[in-house]
Amino acid sequence: MTSRAVVTGIGVVSPNGFGAEDYWTATCGGKSGIGRITRFDPQRYPARLAGEVSGFSAEDHLPSRLIPQTDRMTQLALVGADHALADAGVSTGDLPEFGMGVVTASSCGGFEFGQGELQNLWSKGGQYVSAYQSFAWFYAVNTGQISIRNGMRGPSGVLVSDQAGGLDAIAQARRLIRKGSDLILSGGVDASICPWGWVAQLAGGRLSTSEQPDRAYLPFDTDAAGHVPGEGGALLIIEDAEAARRRGVTRVYGEIRGYGSTFDPRPGSGREPALRKAIEIALDDAGLSPGEIDVVFADAAAVPELDRVEATAITEVFGRRGVPVTAPKTMTGRLGSGAAPLDVAAAFLAMRTGVIPPTANVTLSPEYDLDLVTTLPRRASVNAAVVLARGHGGFNSAVVLRSTD
Amino acid sequence: MASGEFTVQDLKRILHEAAGESDGADVDVGTMDTEFIELGYESLALLETGSRIEREFGITLDDSTLFDSPTPRALIEAVNAQLTVQEAS
Repeated sequence: MTSRAVVTGIGVVSPNGFGAEDYWTATCGGKSGIGRITRFDPQRYPARLAGEVSGFSAEDHLPSRLIPQTDRMTQLALVGADHALADAGVSTGDLPEFGMGVVTASSCGGFEFGQGELQNLWSKGGQYVSAYQSFAWFYAVNTGQISIRNGMRGPSGVLVSDQAGGLDAIAQARRLIRKGSDLILSGGVDASICPWGWVAQLAGGRLSTSEQPDRAYLPFDTDAAGHVPGEGGALLIIEDAEAARRRGVTRVYGEIRGYGSTFDPRPGSGREPALRKAIEIALDDAGLSPGEIDVVFADAAAVPELDRVEATAITEVFGRRGVPVTAPKTMTGRLGSGAAPLDVAAAFLAMRTGVIPPTANVTLSPEYDLDLVTTLPRRASVNAAVVLARGHGGFNSAVVLRSTD
Repeated sequence: MASGEFTVQDLKRILHEAAGESDGADVDVGTMDTEFIELGYESLALLETGSRIEREFGITLDDSTLFDSPTPRALIEAVNAQLTVQEAS
């Protein structure tokens, strides 16, 4: 029998909550972390809102040696990893170092660090560029730093497929568990709210230019007009179910049960976008029928054309208003590679608490036949969930999660 | 630009700015002969430290000078030797 990959620990660093408990209380309470950017003066930019992790000071959580060599995204990721390990009750020193790996996703690398060093290069000269720039900007740096700090030397890597990467990393973690690893720390944390990162995001053409935090990010709404970016994400401890049992774990969040990923056809080809297929592959992989799914966490692009594609895919697989759909990322902004892992965390917390968090601020457009959970959280028994994520350029990924109770 | 002698206090300050404070024993008169790696500083930390010493003291250090100076005493001596050479020229 194939080994099962179960989630035993969750670490959250989100604009609306630091730590899983904080995040869940805020999310079920409809509390948003979106506001005017404070990390730089956004006045001269067309988009001025973001979901920032406020009040985070790396010095309070990490050793001095790590500060000069890490971008903000890595500092947040290291703390998220600490939370996840603590939540799982893992002392990495007690487990075989080659039995534990790290697989994270990254959408853009360490932009803020890189911006600082580019400024040093062009304003002062090459001798002022930090030696740490060599790796601090790099996509794989969160994986590397988490691995080094915690002595996790098993199979590791990074997935780079924009927002879909957050699910692709979790799927890779499951693959490694099936190949014999006992424990993989996985997920994603991005943070690029700095002028350089902002300009890169603006170039994508999908940012909301609204200045009202409660009107700026409205997926599936008639007024959808782009998204608000955010920083943060989630990291998960994923273990072989049998290995977790052996080390004395008695309660797990649930299982990574199915996964599917597809790539969209060439734009203008007239062929159907591939999101529906990704959902079907994931359900098939999980051995579950659409009727067994209790909630879908949507990608929620808030670009009308993309919302239409997603609503159509969900309706075709699950039927008209056939499954509750939600997008709590309306309270955090889109977190790049951190978005989908945070949705996975939310899905497991929904299973544990019997509550589906709301999609904040959205009034469902009459165009979509979705059972969108808006305004208030909904009490529901959640045993199986689907999480969707899409990345710029055509990436579609879906995972199926299942409770193990 | 600073001038004169490069001291252990200079090294300690620049090392902290460049690479942060180590959890272990600090660079000090008592650890002059302890290897950097044992003090918690790897090659990249020394590269960054060397680059800051160069900027502050207006000297040029070869990478080999850095890596051939495994202890605080050796690095301080190498920097001071370079300072003497440059002052003489």
